Amino acid sequence: MQFKTIDEANQAVIQHITESEPFFLDVVPAKSVISELNGKALLHSGPPTVWEKMPHPMQGSCIGATLFEGWAETEEEAQKMLENGEVTFLSAHSVNAVGPMGGITSGNMPVVVVENKASGKHAYCNLNEGIGAVLRFGAYNDEVINRLNWMKDVLGPALSKALAQIEGGMNVNVIVAKAITMGDEFHQRNIAASSLFLREIVPYLITSGTPEKELQEVTKFLADNDQFFLNIMMATAKSVMDTAATVTEGSIVTVLARNGDQFGIKVSGLGDQWFTAPVNTPDGLYFSGYSSEDATPDMGDSAITEAYGVGGMAMVAAPGVVRFVGTGGFNDAVNTSDEMREICIANNNNLQIPTWDFQGACLGIDIRKVVETGITPVINTGIAHKVAGNGQIGAGTVRVPLGCFEKALEALAEKYGVEV
Amino acid sequence: MDMRSETGFEDVTINIGLGVRNMLHTVIKKNLYQDSVSLMLLTNHLSAMDGVERISVMMGTPSNKDIMKGSGLFTDELEAASPNDLCVVAETEDVDLVIEELEDFLNNQSAASEATAYSTVRTWEMAGNKLPNADLALISIAGEHAAAEANKALDRDLNVFLFSDNVSIEDELQLKQRAAEKGLMVMGPDCGTGILSGVPIAFANVIEKGNIGVVGASGTGIQEVTTIIGRNGGGVSHAIGTGGRDLALEIGALTTIQGLRVLDADPETDVIVYISKPPAPEVRKKVVEVFKTLSKPVVSIFMGDKPKEQHDNVHYAWTLEDTALKALELAQTSNVSVDGILADNEDLKKIKANKDQRFIKGYYCGGTLALEAAMILEDAFDLDPDAAHPEGMMLQHGEHEVIDLGDDAYTQGRAHPMIDPTFRVEKVKEAIANPKTAVLLLDNVIGYGAHDDMAGVFAPVVEKGKKEAAEQGRAIIAIASVTGTAQDPQVYQDQVDKLEAAGVIVTESNAQATKLAAAIIASLEEETVEAEVEKTVVADLTKASELISDKPRVVNVGLSGFADTVQENGGQVVQYQWAPIAGGDKRLAAILEKLSKL
Repeated sequence: MQFKTIDEANQAVIQHITESEPFFLDVVPAKSVISELNGKALLHSGPPTVWEKMPHPMQGSCIGATLFEGWAETEEEAQKMLENGEVTFLSAHSVNAVGPMGGITSGNMPVVVVENKASGKHAYCNLNEGIGAVLRFGAYNDEVINRLNWMKDVLGPALSKALAQIEGGMNVNVIVAKAITMGDEFHQRNIAASSLFLREIVPYLITSGTPEKELQEVTKFLADNDQFFLNIMMATAKSVMDTAATVTEGSIVTVLARNGDQFGIKVSGLGDQWFTAPVNTPDGLYFSGYSSEDATPDMGDSAITEAYGVGGMAMVAAPGVVRFVGTGGFNDAVNTSDEMREICIANNNNLQIPTWDFQGACLGIDIRKVVETGITPVINTGIAHKVAGNGQIGAGTVRVPLGCFEKALEALAEKYGVEV
Repeated sequence: MDMRSETGFEDVTINIGLGVRNMLHTVIKKNLYQDSVSLMLLTNHLSAMDGVERISVMMGTPSNKDIMKGSGLFTDELEAASPNDLCVVAETEDVDLVIEELEDFLNNQSAASEATAYSTVRTWEMAGNKLPNADLALISIAGEHAAAEANKALDRDLNVFLFSDNVSIEDELQLKQRAAEKGLMVMGPDCGTGILSGVPIAFANVIEKGNIGVVGASGTGIQEVTTIIGRNGGGVSHAIGTGGRDLALEIGALTTIQGLRVLDADPETDVIVYISKPPAPEVRKKVVEVFKTLSKPVVSIFMGDKPKEQHDNVHYAWTLEDTALKALELAQTSNVSVDGILADNEDLKKIKANKDQRFIKGYYCGGTLALEAAMILEDAFDLDPDAAHPEGMMLQHGEHEVIDLGDDAYTQGRAHPMIDPTFRVEKVKEAIANPKTAVLLLDNVIGYGAHDDMAGVFAPVVEKGKKEAAEQGRAIIAIASVTGTAQDPQVYQDQVDKLEAAGVIVTESNAQATKLAAAIIASLEEETVEAEVEKTVVADLTKASELISDKPRVVNVGLSGFADTVQENGGQVVQYQWAPIAGGDKRLAAILEKLSKL
């Protein structure tokens, strides 16, 4: 090892995180940057999985994507194709991408392109569709497919033309640092960052040559979508954490992701290997008429935000969504972030949190600390209905299963020649 | 939050439309925006009510209306609702109850935040972040894990109070030796009680702060003695538990000796109590030898042993009550510690620098008071008592003198000095002018018949004298006591205040005044002795002494009730919610241990 100790290696890992320079460069069709998507292939969230093991909403997303791509005409036809293995599934993380909830991304869907200029690493994420009946929660009716087409034909190109006018792209760190002081934790709550993004992009949208009607649609869509920034944040976190992983030593978590069946983590010193354990079902608040009985097991790559140190890790930054974690009020949020700090090795002073006495957000989840204390990272998450098409039914929190960390620790022991 | 929801129902237009259709009731609150979290909490709350079959709470947006339609909870009244209207549709028998609950909820949204006054952490690292200047770890976890955590506390330069039992004697020895090397103290294991600067530790009573320090190997023994002291008007500076095995041959009283030395050096402590069961004879001998090296009186009880005769500064007691009462007696009349009263006193430093200034001048109007002063000084200077006192000269030793100015020799042709202070004023002026005088000792007897303001006469004399001495590069310490009460015409406190305003140190009694004077003289002669002591001090007790120099700052590892106690009594505390490493998985714990040493 090029470092004297694991601690030293971990310092190098978090240095990559604090010195990152993510820029939002472009919005492009996924297949233009992910060559694997040129055939009949779909990206999904979490560690690699197969059709049979996908939860129902993720299967619904696959059907929707198959219809969107025109590989099938009807739902039945699509279902058959997918069951027959005619469509290849890829873990988004394997192609520098991430996707929320089901994470289902096909070649013609537009993706955001974020570059960490400190390393040159690029990362991709699809665009946020808003709330209600949406593909990421397994809905695939005409409204969903029509919206996806509009995003491909109108939203994506408009954003691309707007971003092209910003020299070097849009500096994401600036938005993130501002928004965390405005009550966002970037997973459950992105209202401030989405608003700041809109403020930044509107002048360039206006001069992008987009026809007035489309311009009106695009700005209305962005203005109505509190969570639009989530997907930009996810690509940002992915570009940063992939850079941190280049250290190839140490015990820092670089990926947290789940596929509705298994929760998978990656660790800085353990390369591309997934360490998995069965996912938990989120606990939280439900929309009228729903309960935990109706919830799908945990899924989505959005937990990359927690790996980066925001989301549930930064609960204290977002008083507005505190009550998802309990009824103890703001104090519960302080306790949550304090608890998360126990398993991290530092604070990220680029992300100072006013409601936490200006401590920086949590930085560097150390698997050793997780195993030692039994404290597992808390993920803020949306909750999907277990039946595809019903969409989101609530929001809350879920814990990463401890088993992922225990397996990773065993692997770390092996890597460093520790025998017990 | 939207202002409209904070204004309450009085200020906003309320339009509660009630409609009944298949038991579906609709409640619409106009312009009452609530965010989605509130709405979900509200749904949970209302759906848990008795008699509510189904309920939906949403803002009246078009998409929400669609959802209501989908779930069969749509009513005609909803059609008119705007996106800023709070809509409730409930299938219930008594909608009034629902409305009442709804209003109650909306009006009481400030969450019941239960902030504790101290932080709770789960790792040593965070404990350090939360309480960076901690000086004590109070450990009450299961014995099998206690030694390891105590070592982690020592790693962090914390003193340790080990409440846990079932710690092996080998571990105890290792911990205590390691602590001693670092100048730290390990109280315990199986240490049930302690009091540090008035803060009860573990099972302890709330005792007034005072000048009796306790070291004990027995928890209830300490509690019995300290509470008897407290009930009898005394107070405890610190009570240091050692753990029952400290006096075993293997341990050799390591903590006991540290505790005794720390209390000896503590300015707050005047008398030291030692409580133990009968130790191994060798260890007992060692402890008694340590007693003799202490500068303060010791009251010792070796439970079950017949008390021995007093020797040197060591007193023995038979019962815990005897121990407490003897300590109280000594505490009230004990050697007054110079450190306690004159720590960092500038005058004292100046006097110390002037090597000629080493003598006490005591000028009394009360004959018996003069006799008492002489008696105490004879004892302090190891002199044989002198029965003859010509011309009121109660003590004359070198330049030290104590004179009873009420002696016949001085009252011929003038009034007694209790009535006429003129002659005593002359003597005081002389003494202050004398370059060999270090301490001026006075009495002030008030009451009917006495001078109506003796303090008012001497205060300006002393003040002026001190000033003149200062001009000559000297200083004088004046000490007095006032014999009288608040009911006397001169009023006790008025006399005290006048003297103190002039820079006189006023003590509770003549004995204390004299003892202080003697202690000052002893401290002036300390220089050479101190140097020797320094050489012979083997144990560094810096950090253990720091522990008792101020209220403890505690990392409480284990029982959270102990943290509450520390907090309530003014100590700082962080609660370490301890759990076995890796949930008790020995293999993972071993991997973690080895990885950390890579």
